[in-house]
Amino acid sequence: MMRIDCKHVWNYVSAYIDGEVDAELRAEIDRHLETCEICSAVLDSTRNVVVLVADGRVFELPTGFSKRLHARLDREMELARS
Amino acid sequence: MTAPNPEFEADCIRRILAGERHLFHALISPCERAIYFMLLSLLRNEAEAEDAAQDTAIKVYLNLKNFRGDSQFRTWVLSIARNEGLGRLRKAGTRREDSLDAETDEQTGDYTPAILTCWREVPSEALERQELGAMLRKAIDGLPEIYRNVVLLRDIEEMDVRETAAALGITEGAVKVRLHRARALLQRELAPRLEGFAPKKKGLFGWFK
Repeated sequence: MMRIDCKHVWNYVSAYIDGEVDAELRAEIDRHLETCEICSAVLDSTRNVVVLVADGRVFELPTGFSKRLHARLDREMELARS
Repeated sequence: MTAPNPEFEADCIRRILAGERHLFHALISPCERAIYFMLLSLLRNEAEAEDAAQDTAIKVYLNLKNFRGDSQFRTWVLSIARNEGLGRLRKAGTRREDSLDAETDEQTGDYTPAILTCWREVPSEALERQELGAMLRKAIDGLPEIYRNVVLLRDIEEMDVRETAAALGITEGAVKVRLHRARALLQRELAPRLEGFAPKKKGLFGWFK
């Protein structure tokens, strides 16, 4: 059986995290991960980074953004009408 | 992110065009975050991104009758936001080099991640420390624009590949390639520095690092 190398795994890290690799490749990667601590750590750290940046606390709208937007919309909608 | 609701949107649009203008607030609200962060990604200035977001919302309102419903409403809104941002960059003559090669990045390049032999999970609770959020924002801000906007829409606004591609006017393949590279760049930049945010392991004799 052909064994995939680390570099090959790195190319699929993102697709693997998103569940976008086919079953055969996923099985190959999983077999590789069982014995490769580096690729396991690369995968885990990448997934960890993705989860952290997606947290709503990282990117927040400026305070009062929504209020200012809707106030401006009200003014413009009034103008567009007249 | 609020999940789009096509029936609600279609109903809203019909009624707004029939004169119930106030419904526009409810229609645009779920898109606010995505509009703002798309523009922040392009303009990299909070005050200008906010001003451009307001102009975008007004353009959406004024052009609502032109929405055909053959794409998702939010996708249409984001393409208006993107045009607004690009227009402002053109006007200011500040379009950066990194965005000019937007269509020439389809080939897969070699990428070496930050090499680690073990990874201690940094839990989301660690975000209560302000410096972690600041570190993540800085890393994303440091990405080339073509990668930054894909990360913002896919990983932060949690839009799917199809919608991201439509909003950015690129292919779905390009979205995947760029997202892969963006995440790889973020892992390389952040992994070595995140270590300090992982909980300390509990050893036999109490806590040790």
